[in-house]
Amino acid sequence: MPVTLVKERFPSKVGEVILGATSEQGGTRTSTVVVGGDNLLPFLHFEGKVVNRPVIAMEVTDIVPPWNEAIKAQFGDVLDNPAAWAQKCVNEFGADLIYLKLIGADPEGFNRSPEDCARVVKEVLAAVGVPLVVVGCENAEKDNEVLAAVAEAGAGENLLLGLAEQDNYKSITAAAMVHKHNVIARSPLDINICKQLNILINEMGLPLNRIVIDPMIGGLGFGIEYAYSIMERARLGALANDKMLSMPMICTVGYEANRSKEANASAEEFPGWGDLAQRGVLWETLTATALLQAGASILLMRNPEAVKLVQRNIADLVDAEVGA
Amino acid sequence: MIIIGERINGMFKDIGEALRNKDPKPLQHWAVKQEEGGAHYLDVNSGPAVPTEERPEAYKWMVNVLQEVSKLPLCLDSTNYDAIQAGLELCQRPALINSVPAERAKIERVFPMAVQFNASVIGLTMDKKGIPKDAENRVAFAMELVAAADEFGLNMEDLFIDPLILPVNVAQEHAPEVLESLRQVKMLANPAPRTVLGLSNVSQKSPDRHLINRTYLAMAMAVGLDAAIMDANDDDLVDVAATGQILLNKSIYADSYLKVFRAR
Repeated sequence: MPVTLVKERFPSKVGEVILGATSEQGGTRTSTVVVGGDNLLPFLHFEGKVVNRPVIAMEVTDIVPPWNEAIKAQFGDVLDNPAAWAQKCVNEFGADLIYLKLIGADPEGFNRSPEDCARVVKEVLAAVGVPLVVVGCENAEKDNEVLAAVAEAGAGENLLLGLAEQDNYKSITAAAMVHKHNVIARSPLDINICKQLNILINEMGLPLNRIVIDPMIGGLGFGIEYAYSIMERARLGALANDKMLSMPMICTVGYEANRSKEANASAEEFPGWGDLAQRGVLWETLTATALLQAGASILLMRNPEAVKLVQRNIADLVDAEVGA
Repeated sequence: MIIIGERINGMFKDIGEALRNKDPKPLQHWAVKQEEGGAHYLDVNSGPAVPTEERPEAYKWMVNVLQEVSKLPLCLDSTNYDAIQAGLELCQRPALINSVPAERAKIERVFPMAVQFNASVIGLTMDKKGIPKDAENRVAFAMELVAAADEFGLNMEDLFIDPLILPVNVAQEHAPEVLESLRQVKMLANPAPRTVLGLSNVSQKSPDRHLINRTYLAMAMAVGLDAAIMDANDDDLVDVAATGQILLNKSIYADSYLKVFRAR
């Protein structure tokens, strides 16, 4: 007996956001990235169209990061040189975007000045042709200064700036509006705050197609199912024409997956867990692939071996034919 | 919740006069004002202000002058189907036909026209003999309309069943029957037809109109009301619609939900 597929038709779609600007568009990028635009639940090809494939933003920090050796070793000697590091991510590992974290600005750490941070951004912009995501050091006060300087230094480049949060979104939104950038709106695994923050940012005058949602996530084994369900609700909201939830989503996979003990403890310490290098790759890969299924459009990733696997997964998902 | 603004109706003095004088201003004023209030559709009814034979021309004129100022889809409200067809031919967005009773000849006139113009239809749970007293007979008429949608190829979501609420000050016993009808209509098909009420009817000539409208809207939403022809500029009433959507978990809560319900 033939089985009829039950197909859902949705009245709306995820909004599209364009990142980066080429020379004709007033920037210096050699290519731009478009995310969002889908009118279906993730990869259910028989219900709609995957308009833009998900992309990978590889993580680069302005100072040498405190990561484990299994990851660091894959980058060789570029970790103290953000421009060279970004180049390696694009040329060798095929990153679609660079996610530059200015952790050196942290007042408790290197306390780098906004000007120094802006200089690093310019160096990375000069070194690669892909669009940039730039976030601060997660100290609200300092980030407001740093990101204002970054927004100005990167004027015309159509950056994705973060992080705007419910109690600190005004400065970054203003900076993005003045210099025509996009903003990451981060909410703490909370769909209601997620929607409210989008409303507040939009009320300041930043158009909805300049906002990307960071729903916050948990890595594999650390609450990923909460992230999954929040993202699913946002996606369903977008498809049901809730304009205040219709933005594409970015997930900080590399950061969350590599915070876990499972991605860092050696095989000597936990013989049952197996080789760390392989385990770390799988931990990040599985976090990423699960969140792709929940509707992630941009994945922040760290481990080049995991990036390779997820690139293959994305290609398979996007090209998948519907089974007969 | 779909709000169909009721104000462009020849029964209102300003609209009646505008129709007689071919003055587009009052219609356009209410189109903009109702959209600001939260309307998703504009009901358009010439009422008795225009003689029957002139109605097709009048509906063409109304559709044109409204589309000059508003992007909202129109709900063409008349018992004169030639007038509705004349209006449909000019509608730039899929319209809503208001309305057809469960009478075979009228069904045969209206359903194919709806399909042809990609319009939705409001189906009334009544026939020549009038409005049933109870839910059971209302639902029986609804079933006839559902079967007709199937027969003529109208998507079930494009059929809006109106179980016909009557003024509470003279026909109180209908109010609970209509609620029961709404509940049952949603179970007639899968996907279910949608539901609509001419909400203001419930409070005709009562001194506490606004309170009665608000209360009944909340009650009806809870049992499956999808749309209402109503006063889109009664802010408290629109707030009830927005809040009902939140409490039914149909849209996601945010502190500013009232504001975004009206934003387009």
